[in-house]
Amino acid sequence: MPEPPRAPLRVEFPFTRSLGPVLRAFLTGLRERTVLGVRATDGRVLVPPVEYDPVTADELRELAEVGPTGTVTTWAWNPAPRRGQPLATPFSWVLVRLDGADTALLHALDAPGPEAVRTGLRVRIRWARDRTGAITDIACFEPFDSAPGRPATAHDGVFADPVAEITAPARLDYVHTAGRAQHAHLTALADHRITGERCPSCRKVYVPPRGVCPVCGVATAEQVEVGPRGTVTTYCVVNIKAANLDVEVPYVYAHIALDGADLALHGRIDGIPYDRVRMGLRVEPVWLPGGAHPDHYRPAGEPDAPYDSYRELL
Amino acid sequence: MPHEPVAVVGVGQTRHAAARRDVSIAGLVREAALRALADAGLGWADIDAVVIGKAPDFFEGVMMPELYLADALGAVGKPMLRVHTAGSVGGSTALVAAQLVKARVHTTVLALAFEKQSESNAMWGLSLPVPFQQPLLAGAGGFFAPHIRAYMRRSGAPETIGSLVAHKDRRNALRNPYAHLHEHGITLEKVQASPMLWDPVRYSETCPSSDGACAMVLTGRAGAARSPTPPAWVHGGAMRSEPTLFPGKDFVSPRAGKECAADVYRQAGITDPRRQIDVLELYVPFSWYEPMWLENLGFAAEGRGWRLTEAGVTGMDGDLPVNPSGGVLSTNPIGASGMIRFAEAALQVRGRAGEHQIDGARRALGHAYGGGSQFFAMWLVGTDPPAG
Repeated sequence: MPEPPRAPLRVEFPFTRSLGPVLRAFLTGLRERTVLGVRATDGRVLVPPVEYDPVTADELRELAEVGPTGTVTTWAWNPAPRRGQPLATPFSWVLVRLDGADTALLHALDAPGPEAVRTGLRVRIRWARDRTGAITDIACFEPFDSAPGRPATAHDGVFADPVAEITAPARLDYVHTAGRAQHAHLTALADHRITGERCPSCRKVYVPPRGVCPVCGVATAEQVEVGPRGTVTTYCVVNIKAANLDVEVPYVYAHIALDGADLALHGRIDGIPYDRVRMGLRVEPVWLPGGAHPDHYRPAGEPDAPYDSYRELL
Repeated sequence: MPHEPVAVVGVGQTRHAAARRDVSIAGLVREAALRALADAGLGWADIDAVVIGKAPDFFEGVMMPELYLADALGAVGKPMLRVHTAGSVGGSTALVAAQLVKARVHTTVLALAFEKQSESNAMWGLSLPVPFQQPLLAGAGGFFAPHIRAYMRRSGAPETIGSLVAHKDRRNALRNPYAHLHEHGITLEKVQASPMLWDPVRYSETCPSSDGACAMVLTGRAGAARSPTPPAWVHGGAMRSEPTLFPGKDFVSPRAGKECAADVYRQAGITDPRRQIDVLELYVPFSWYEPMWLENLGFAAEGRGWRLTEAGVTGMDGDLPVNPSGGVLSTNPIGASGMIRFAEAALQVRGRAGEHQIDGARRALGHAYGGGSQFFAMWLVGTDPPAG
């Protein structure tokens, strides 16, 4: 059996984050080269700051400025940086307890090799040249000899033009592999044939096939060619343009029960004015060159199917 | 050993809005949780476990947000668990919390559900470009509109029914200070003149996209006895699932919904829901789902739900009010929407629904569904403790 088709699936979105008062002050502070922590109920200074006490659940709002220098509390060498990481060359992930803070901040340390990194190493912030109010305003840390011990000082967290919201783009890259049933379906589609699979137990035909009947809970394997003609069971007229869809509105989005299939699939109806489409309309697929699926369905020129012939497929 | 009877002693909601830019996700859930604790007269130390629910993580792009929300919800050192059943999750979350009390695993449980839709785009999150599959061609309402047309065909309902529901729910929302939409000038004519987006669904017949959270404090008999305000007692609760697509799937009246309701009625001793239940909070994201659910849940015979709507039975002053809070049509932080239904049902039987209180409400149904009519969750709450 030939290898099933594989294709990349990229999931990518510029998520936004409204920050609330504590993180707003923290990120705005980074823009101004000021690192703020928050004082917990037990007096510790937490950096990065949190809104609610990790021990008591109290609301925390008392901000404190800590130093730009600190001590590495633990680390891990990263020999092969990936897209989006703080440095393009090999670096060390570090937890840094900044002077005046009681907790450590995760960031990157620019060091020539793992032999240059150790727990207890003294470091300082290397600020990014262009700062926007984001954790990346700290470009990275760098080794720096200095005496520890500067205590935190109270800070009102007030800055001109505070950052209210950030964008946090995220991207996930997958490789999607078609399963056996989908592979067979795709192979038939390439010949402009639409196939489903019949459940060995209930005898119902699934289109598109998923290799399993979810009602009986058994695998399906028997290939059944359906259509090409079918019946519009129900539909709507779309008057609002969907994102990333190159179709002029209004158009008809329909559920189509192909002849021989036991459930309806979805498709666009064209070749007839949108306001003349109706339940029971008999249609046939229209293929365009290079299309993986029928581009749309058009009237087949037959009398409408009677309601009772498709009501169970609604 | 008999089960512990379960009572709702605290309810809290955020001020729901299209975008709550003033708070982080932690600040949002905190707002609802603090209000629920205040309503119950309790503090963080009184909570033994936290159950949290929300819809898909792509709706904000924070994977497993419950990990970072433990501090905000006072869950440090306590059991915390996440529930996920798509749009029905708010209801399922309440039921999981109720079961922990019922089984005497925990004495007092905080249930919370949220969505901060402004941080992402739900339609994007639901239509990832999975290779080899034909993309959905119609946008959010395009999934629902064909099922509504099927209902109209089956029932013979006049096309105005959807606008009656939308007008009623948006009017009801004016009495609910937490509702997202407060359309003061709304009229039936305006609903009927709103753009037809996915024919037969008009703009004003669709739910908004909201930021919001809802929380409840659930406890047993002893906790209810100490409650400063009247509790709502859980008389029955159930969940059911079915596949999104299979031969014989009935999108107009899904079998899982019927069986879920029947289970709840059996537990609660309800034999005639139309007469024995006083008020309903149903998950109606598009206005036509009100008559569809009235039939699915046994309040009307098949094909006759729209007659209740048309006759005004489901209005604030009707004898079976549906969604006096304004419903999902007025407030839709997706993951929280189901819990808001459950919580509003509890408020009604506690006599604490404020301006949208239904006089004399003693039994109320909270209903949630989601995932292409795949998941259902319901509970029935009452003013009186359950028998037995």
